[in-house]
Amino acid sequence: MPSVPPTQQAFLALSGISKRYAGVRALEGVDFACERGKIHAVLGENGAGKSTLIKIIAGVVQPDAGTMRLAGNEVSFASPSAANAAGVVCIFQELSLMPDLSVADNISIASPPRRFGLIDARAQRRRAEALLAEIGCEDVNPLMRARDLPLSRRQIVEIAKALGKKPQLLILDEATSALTSADVEKVYAMLARLKSEGVAILYISHRMHEVEALADRASVFRNGRHIETFDKGMRSTADIVQLMIGRDIATQYPPKPARKAGRPMLALENLSWEGRLDRISLRIGAGQIVGLGGLDGQGQKSLLLALFGVLRGVSGRVMVEDREVRAGSPAAAKAVGIALVPEDRKTEGLMLPMSIADNLAIASLGAISTGPFVDSAKEDAAVKRAIARLQIKIGAPTDPVSTLSGGNQQKVVLAKWLMTDPRIILLNDPTRGIDVGTKQELYRLMRELADQGAAILFYSTDYDELIGCCDRVAIMYDGRIVRELEGSELTETNIIASALNIDATADGGVAHA
Amino acid sequence: MLDDVAIKVRQNVGIVTAVLLFSILYVLYNLAHPRGFSSAVLVQNGNEIFALAMVAMAQTVPVLASGLDLSVGAVMTMVGCFASYLLTGAAAGAPLHLDIFGLHLALGTFPGGITGILLGIVLCLAIGTAAGFINGCVVVYGRIQPIIATLATGAVYIGIALFLRPTPGGKIDEDLNWALTNSLGDFAATVHIFDDGAAGWFAPIAWIPVPFVLIVLIALLVWVPFRRSVLGRAVYAVGSAEGAAYMSGLPIDRAKIAAFTLAGFFAGCGGLFLAIQTSSGNADIPQAGAYTLNSIASVVIGGTSLLGGTGSAIGSIFGAMVLRVISFFFRIFDIAPLLQPLFEGLILLAAVSIGALGVLRVKNTLELFR
Repeated sequence: MPSVPPTQQAFLALSGISKRYAGVRALEGVDFACERGKIHAVLGENGAGKSTLIKIIAGVVQPDAGTMRLAGNEVSFASPSAANAAGVVCIFQELSLMPDLSVADNISIASPPRRFGLIDARAQRRRAEALLAEIGCEDVNPLMRARDLPLSRRQIVEIAKALGKKPQLLILDEATSALTSADVEKVYAMLARLKSEGVAILYISHRMHEVEALADRASVFRNGRHIETFDKGMRSTADIVQLMIGRDIATQYPPKPARKAGRPMLALENLSWEGRLDRISLRIGAGQIVGLGGLDGQGQKSLLLALFGVLRGVSGRVMVEDREVRAGSPAAAKAVGIALVPEDRKTEGLMLPMSIADNLAIASLGAISTGPFVDSAKEDAAVKRAIARLQIKIGAPTDPVSTLSGGNQQKVVLAKWLMTDPRIILLNDPTRGIDVGTKQELYRLMRELADQGAAILFYSTDYDELIGCCDRVAIMYDGRIVRELEGSELTETNIIASALNIDATADGGVAHA
Repeated sequence: MLDDVAIKVRQNVGIVTAVLLFSILYVLYNLAHPRGFSSAVLVQNGNEIFALAMVAMAQTVPVLASGLDLSVGAVMTMVGCFASYLLTGAAAGAPLHLDIFGLHLALGTFPGGITGILLGIVLCLAIGTAAGFINGCVVVYGRIQPIIATLATGAVYIGIALFLRPTPGGKIDEDLNWALTNSLGDFAATVHIFDDGAAGWFAPIAWIPVPFVLIVLIALLVWVPFRRSVLGRAVYAVGSAEGAAYMSGLPIDRAKIAAFTLAGFFAGCGGLFLAIQTSSGNADIPQAGAYTLNSIASVVIGGTSLLGGTGSAIGSIFGAMVLRVISFFFRIFDIAPLLQPLFEGLILLAAVSIGALGVLRVKNTLELFR
């Protein structure tokens, strides 16, 4: 592999870094280096280990093995503040602003200017103004609370906050994802200036055109391993996509039935919400499994929440079996036969301290009640059926659901909704963090439900899974559906290319609208 | 500049509302009072407001860090009981003793005069502060939710108070009582400063009640510097978003301990004054409970969010004053005191409803549960 060898002047050098989370490999023997005065892009698909890498560099998590050198000295950061003290500053994807504090407070939160031991509000304000001016965003009033700013401005504040820490190594993790295009230009100019001042910059972005415009060098990660590092212009976009693909696990998927033209079950027309969903139109027939693909955070989760009645102010039409539906709450969505397996099963899917039986019955209490009282005989029977149907491995139905393994917990969430006999099943990354065996059971179950006439909308961050399970996959980018892939088009190359919103077939040509 | 003012007003709408509400109510009260707008009425009101204002400030600090302190009333009561031993004004060399269950425990001697009084005050405030510090440590190092941790420690503090004063009793130096519970003029006359309060320049301010001066002094000398310290801001940051505060490298544990410690100090101020005002120590359990609940009400009326992160102890002082003024009205209009909780409840509901309006703007209803 034509790798660039780590040079003498490497500012940050990692060697043999490994990290596991609960036995799952996140990083494996990673060697990585970056230099002063260079913008270094880190590329990889979901779960490639990019996030773990920067969390280790920024002191958020500690590696299980390996060493990290900064300017030649071995370092290990116990906390983000220790990393900051060494000049390593990270702008995280999840914003680190305190919503109730003012912009000026937030920017100077760690080491505010002081006078007689107390925070000097005026100096702090001048500092905030100066830093915002450095980015070219003087329009943000430092007195405003972070809470009252739109997301794009909050991200600017986040950048100003990082800038104020005088970074030697600046890490941007998707730090421009919420910015307006005018602001992106300003941030580029700022990065160019920092680069000329000799700051080392690590740039994580899913936007290939940003990487092409900015980066001097790029490293590709896959499955927790560092695959290759190359200088600008040495690889075409198509090459990069190829480097990002490549999987070694072969999971068994249930066979897809020959395509049939089932009656339309769910139809969306021009669904929009708060700039996060942009005129989404999609049709799902009865008996179909439609995947939602794309990079994290392109609106897939919002789309599922919108359909489930969680979001307010959604415009556009939702038709269920040719009848327009306006679900204003999850209860209303349930009433028209929609079920959602939510993103976080521990907080949104389950009531952890309650029993397995209680959790299973909670969404279908109406069906097992006589008058206002839950009929315990009916409940027991229904719970028993659900446990048998999904082959949930439990001790007793009265055990707290928290005692189950992740895979069995997820089965409980799904079983809970199957007890309501839904016509439309929305799945938000249901196989995240569960073992392969249970995954295969879930795939089988999904197909079985589809065969019985349900329409399934399945968001997954795992492309392999989308290809294996879905009849059709809609790829989202920036709140829009950019492409629907079906049949032979449903390949990993196509999914990744569409997810990055580039046209990989046209050899590196970048199509970004 | 006008923009900045507008922003400040919008961000402090809770406090502004409390100040306006208090001003209107208090002017109406004085208009209706036969001796309204007189120093005597002000002095009486000041004495009635002080302890609640202190306990309300005490409650504010943990609430800002998104924790409730259910022990503020208990700390107040306990410090009051200590004060009834430490501030008796006994002559130098007189034995300091505790009378418990018929036992007569001598605890050494205590200096007399002003030194003795000042030492007693410092000790009382130190006891309150220590109680708050213990609360903070239990919450932070015991990893116990504040509400239950302070419920338990509060019971302990009440237990100590009962131990000290099984029945109301003890005494407080009479001069101290007189000096602190009247007007500035009386204070000067008692401690013999400013020609016993007769100095010409002093006359225009001699009518101001001492309790109000004390509230202002404590707010300016303790609360304002704390709010502008790094630790004070960390308290706000913890209440606003604890994860983000951690990621920003703030001292989270120290901030929480500081919040409870400061609460103990303020509650101690309240207890000290209550003892001085009533000239006795009284381990009154219902009163401790009532003060705790009223402190929470004051905090909310004063515009501090129970979720933490926004608000100010200054607002809580006005919240406490609003609550008290309502009870003043009952006195002058001769309304059955039994109706008082009803009206206090209605006012509290109205104040809380204003704070809840923001819910209507939330676009992702899942956020309501986070």
